[in-house]
Amino acid sequence: MAVKQLSIFVENKEGKLAAITDAIAGANVDIRAMSVADTQDFGIFRLIVTDPEKAKEALESCGSFVSITEVVGVSIPDEPGSLAKIVRLLAQNNINIEYMYAFITVSKKYASVVLRVADNAQAEKILVDNGVKLLEESDIKNM
Amino acid sequence: MMNKRYFQPKAETMPYEELKKMQDEKLVKQVRHVYNNVEYYRSLMNEKGVTPDDIKGIDDLHKLPFIKKDDLRQSYPDGLLATDMKNCVRIHSTSGTTGKRVVAFYTQNDIDMWEECCARAIVAAGGSSEDVCQVCYGYGLFTGGSGLHGGSHKVGCLTLPMSSGNTDRQIQFMMDLKSTFLCCTPSYAAYIGETLKEKGYKPEDNTLKAGIFGAEPWTEEMRKDIEKNLGIKAYDIYGLTEMSGPGVAFECEEQKGMHINEDHFIAEIINPETGEVLPIGSKGELVFTSLDKEAFPLLRYRTRDICVLSREKCSCGRTFVRMTKPLGRSDDMMIIRGVNVFPSQIETVLLNNGYTPNYQIIVDRINNKDTFDINVEMRPEDFSDTPKGITAKEKELQSAMMAMLGINPKIHLVVPNSIPRSEGKAVRVIDNRKRLGINI
Repeated sequence: MAVKQLSIFVENKEGKLAAITDAIAGANVDIRAMSVADTQDFGIFRLIVTDPEKAKEALESCGSFVSITEVVGVSIPDEPGSLAKIVRLLAQNNINIEYMYAFITVSKKYASVVLRVADNAQAEKILVDNGVKLLEESDIKNM
Repeated sequence: MMNKRYFQPKAETMPYEELKKMQDEKLVKQVRHVYNNVEYYRSLMNEKGVTPDDIKGIDDLHKLPFIKKDDLRQSYPDGLLATDMKNCVRIHSTSGTTGKRVVAFYTQNDIDMWEECCARAIVAAGGSSEDVCQVCYGYGLFTGGSGLHGGSHKVGCLTLPMSSGNTDRQIQFMMDLKSTFLCCTPSYAAYIGETLKEKGYKPEDNTLKAGIFGAEPWTEEMRKDIEKNLGIKAYDIYGLTEMSGPGVAFECEEQKGMHINEDHFIAEIINPETGEVLPIGSKGELVFTSLDKEAFPLLRYRTRDICVLSREKCSCGRTFVRMTKPLGRSDDMMIIRGVNVFPSQIETVLLNNGYTPNYQIIVDRINNKDTFDINVEMRPEDFSDTPKGITAKEKELQSAMMAMLGINPKIHLVVPNSIPRSEGKAVRVIDNRKRLGINI
């Protein structure tokens, strides 16, 4: 069920990020969501893309360091309180969210959110049991 | 108050002919001592076809084999010990290149000789029993603290055994106990000077009059900075654990090179490539023979320090030969924050921890303190989607480096294959201290 996320190591130097975005553009892969975790020396650029394998290949051929992690993707109504609902749900079940970020909104009705937790299957079960819609790879391609 | 000019006037001002005769006699005795008591040396000498009978004085010194850091490493821990362990009273130690340290043993006579050498340095810098000597070299296995501490005792100074670090406490004791002498690494002296300035003290607010600084390379500019900020005269001191510790050579008020304590050590300058002895005044590798050491006597030890000797008459009245500050190294050793670091040690730590030996060392001096960074290529398993995994690996590697080197580098994990592999010898070390004119 989980969604594949690309994590790219980016040194904190001029031009490093540009090389990465150029490689993804060159592979004709679309970016759906992104977030950056940064430290003083480096950052980790996290992406949800239309074709993770193709993007990884293109990035690696230009010398980038990439890993693929599975994350939980959810689709929630674009209205007040819907994010609060799932976050509360996970909290009540003692599931710690390591990080999360939102998708670029393409629908006026739904918002999409990426969640990083320790145990995807456990989180997904709780979400599904409570009527939350999960995202699949095919949803991302067709967004 | 009339200061003594010399701690041991007879030795320090001995006419050269007399000194040479003394060295002749001591060398003959020392070679016999070493040959009879150290198996390792005996085989080195047998290999070279030389026996103690061939050594009649210092003119025969060149016949003896050299001994190198590598020999010391191979003899770890006590293969070069020349006396019964029960005659020894202390050890000190320096880091080796593969994690094996060099252990130097001392008898009480060895300690006395060493401390007297340090006492000579303190007196040459104007010290007397009326002084308060603040020793902020590290204590412990490192020779810096113990050497100057012992020298300060011999002179009769009030000794403050501060060890290094805790700058606020250093300053408090300096002010409250009215220190007049400061002994530490030049970079720490500079740091204390800057801290005093930051706290609003003027140079005339402290009672310091002189400092004895060594154990790392420094420049004349740094000397001027330290002298200005602390309001003192700064003296250089040279030494190495293999010979005893600090005090093998020291500066007098002339400050034109450091006088080598030639009644205890013979200095030679050789061509580091061929081993050929070079005439006085030539630039080459400094080689020491220890004449009086009982427990750990080294004959013709190659220091790897490049320098020049001068026997020109010194106005201070000392007859001992003078050496320049080391002008460089004939090997790849770096001195960082007063600690000897070999790239091979870093390589060993990387291999032991499962990393490829692709790394880059970047050394600099910022605000008079050495910075020490190591870039290491990470492995695929080091990287996932959060920074904390990488940071944890960096910390882990830093601890392993600390255990090997005795100082903490800052580790940066970088992308695999991103460190340039130059053809032939890789550019492993970038020492930016060169831009400050520091001879490294």
